[in-house]
Amino acid sequence: MINFNRFTLANGLKVLVHEDKTTPMAVLNILYDVGARDEEEGRTGFAHLFEHLMFGGSINIPSYDEPLQRVGGENNAFTSNDITNYYITLPAANIETAFWLESDRMLSLAFSEKSLETQRNVVCEEFKQRYLNQPYGDVWLKLRPLAYQTHPYRWATIGQDLAQIENAKMEDVKAFFKKHYNPQNAILVVGGNVDTYEVKALAEKWFEPISAGEKYVRNLPKEPEQTVVRSLTVNADVPLNAIYMAFKMPARLDANYQVFDLLSDILSQGQSSRLFNSLLKEQQLFSEINAYITSSLDEGLFIVDGKLVEGVAIEQAEAAIWAELNKIASELVSENELTKVKNKSESIMVFSEMSLLDKAMNLAFYELLGDADLLNVEINKYLSITADQIRSVAQETFKKEKSSTLYYLANA
Amino acid sequence: MLNRTIAPAFRQVNEINFIKPTANNLANGIPVYTINAGETELVRVEFIFANVNWDLSKPLQAVAVNSLINNGTLNLTAKEIAEKVDYYGAFLQTDYSADHTTITLYSLTKHLSSVLPIVWSILNESIFPQQELDIYKQNQKQKLQVSLQKNDYLARKHFAHAIFGNTAYGSDINLADYDHLLQQDLLAHYKAAFQPKNCTIVVAGKFLEQDFKILDTVFGSSWQNQASFTKNEFVFTAHKSREIYIEKPEALQSAIRMGNLSINRSHQDFPSLQILNCVFGGYFGSRLMNNIREDKGYTYGIGSGIASLKHAGYFFLATEVGADVCEKALIEIEKEINLLRTDLIADEELDLVKNYMLGSLLGSLENAFSHADKFKNIYFAGLDYNYYDNYIATVKNITAEQLKVIANQYLDWNAMTRVVVGKK
Repeated sequence: MINFNRFTLANGLKVLVHEDKTTPMAVLNILYDVGARDEEEGRTGFAHLFEHLMFGGSINIPSYDEPLQRVGGENNAFTSNDITNYYITLPAANIETAFWLESDRMLSLAFSEKSLETQRNVVCEEFKQRYLNQPYGDVWLKLRPLAYQTHPYRWATIGQDLAQIENAKMEDVKAFFKKHYNPQNAILVVGGNVDTYEVKALAEKWFEPISAGEKYVRNLPKEPEQTVVRSLTVNADVPLNAIYMAFKMPARLDANYQVFDLLSDILSQGQSSRLFNSLLKEQQLFSEINAYITSSLDEGLFIVDGKLVEGVAIEQAEAAIWAELNKIASELVSENELTKVKNKSESIMVFSEMSLLDKAMNLAFYELLGDADLLNVEINKYLSITADQIRSVAQETFKKEKSSTLYYLANA
Repeated sequence: MLNRTIAPAFRQVNEINFIKPTANNLANGIPVYTINAGETELVRVEFIFANVNWDLSKPLQAVAVNSLINNGTLNLTAKEIAEKVDYYGAFLQTDYSADHTTITLYSLTKHLSSVLPIVWSILNESIFPQQELDIYKQNQKQKLQVSLQKNDYLARKHFAHAIFGNTAYGSDINLADYDHLLQQDLLAHYKAAFQPKNCTIVVAGKFLEQDFKILDTVFGSSWQNQASFTKNEFVFTAHKSREIYIEKPEALQSAIRMGNLSINRSHQDFPSLQILNCVFGGYFGSRLMNNIREDKGYTYGIGSGIASLKHAGYFFLATEVGADVCEKALIEIEKEINLLRTDLIADEELDLVKNYMLGSLLGSLENAFSHADKFKNIYFAGLDYNYYDNYIATVKNITAEQLKVIANQYLDWNAMTRVVVGKK
């Protein structure tokens, strides 16, 4: 149970406070409701590049990192296809510094040319390090456009290619800031050794003077229903053949979301899971095998991927995956197996409460979903899932015509 | 009107409270250190074994035993072990590091009596089935093939081998080493390496007296020493620095790793060297990051550190830089090292680093687990909590002059072994 208080400033900024007096630290987490899905084709990778620019100085404060480090704080951020999330941890006594820094960059950035030029380079190096200069690094650059044809999920957060990042202009940066970085599009969570009244006063002092800005109304193209099987073969200088299968699954807020999550756990969580035991241990077709969901806010993907044991034909490996998927789509899972994954989910949730930062991030994310209270009842949704639901969701999902399969083959 | 150009007042961290463990022993003598803290009904129990019987001709033996220890016992198959652990919502981890092998159980406290017997069976009755070993060998070889295509992996591997040679810290693992793993060797190593006499138990979380009784009932009497072993001991002497260049004509980025033998935590200069390292490459605002990432844009990240092992310490720096700017990056790194040796660190920068390090230490004491981790750092280095008092005092009081002396003593470009994998 994660307790919190909640209020909204006059400019529309939502603020949540989680008091935890067991720690001398505080966290300030701010989630902006913008991700790679809000980019335009041809200018992809921008939300993430922008995240880097948020550290290049703001209108009144030339350096973001330095003053924070000076008071014993640390910060970082991440961008996904759905959101951009920034966080600070620091000694609770110095919490005002976090308000000062974070509010100034919401007010306005410095928009320095030097920072833009440097961060273009840094992000290009990040692109190379994570996606291009690694074996299998570009899988998601190939798999996304196979699985999605219309929705902006067809590109990865890093962007479609290096050129689009190299071409980013200052005017694009300014327009992006104006459109997405304002109080109405943000959720602020302050946690740790703080008092709600004190946080409220600080929020009113530092954030409330910022003008509300325009509310961004998201209107993304909807992905048409997939009706035919899709496949793609890539050859690369990698040592092993690999297979990636993507199935469409509903958006995060769908009533069945948690059923999909448990379904992926039954198939692939840990060494007692089905795919691990059947495909890796018993049949020895794969040296690695995974199933997981993308947890996207819009229509997401259920992924099965694996690296093949040398000498195994990819068709044979694929057929074996299908046999497991068909099995779970036709036969009910046992009570024991279902209880096992439920207990595991429950325990993962309890463990996540060990970290102040995780608690703050979760509160922000569930508030974005509609209500931070959902976080505290989430586990009940998992515990009430039945074997019938698992089977019927599997039946609906694991169909050839809803699948996109990528063969990632080693050059001969 | 709010003046946003003026920073709010702040305080340097003054008070840092460590939760110290209580010490007990199981009936068979195993020391148990417990950090009983936290609101949540969960617990982490670590069984930490000092590594023994290092054998250069069988470099993977200890690693393989650690990976396969939960893959079958007298009465349970690998799958049954995993199912039982998962059923109780617990997590069982096996980790092999340079000095220790650790079996970690995370569990809700209420399920301890159900899951601890599984751990007992793993530590006493593992049988290392041939079939599991065969699968392990096949899959690990495949994983290694993938790793060998990663420049940063290659840089790490060649660096460690250059510094530590054919010891547990540096042995150069190749695909063929997996072929030499034999079931009877694993069984023999297992009997020697997992005994009460080289085990320390560290518990963190909600753990009361009745829980200790459960632990003692399961492990205190029915687990006895039965074999002899030789604890791993290594002695290293600094040798001439080397340059290692592994060319990858297709590389978009080059992985750089460099460093040298240095001191470990038990040396009196260790806290001072940590402060110097922080300035140099130990945090996001470090000189390396500021210069090579934030000013030049040559890399996504660059950092340095001092690793403290039982029988050695080493200083290292690691990054991946654009292949076209690799030479330039190396020149900048050398410049930054030399600057620390020739120029005093400005007060403003040093004050910032001091405050940052104190805040960072405070923040690293987040929960019972992290307090236990802090205890392990000193315990396994043969130190006590005075180490942290001294560390905090050193951070607060060290001067730029002292750091310059430390830089001249411990940071030397010419003494560093430098590995580049990619293009220059």
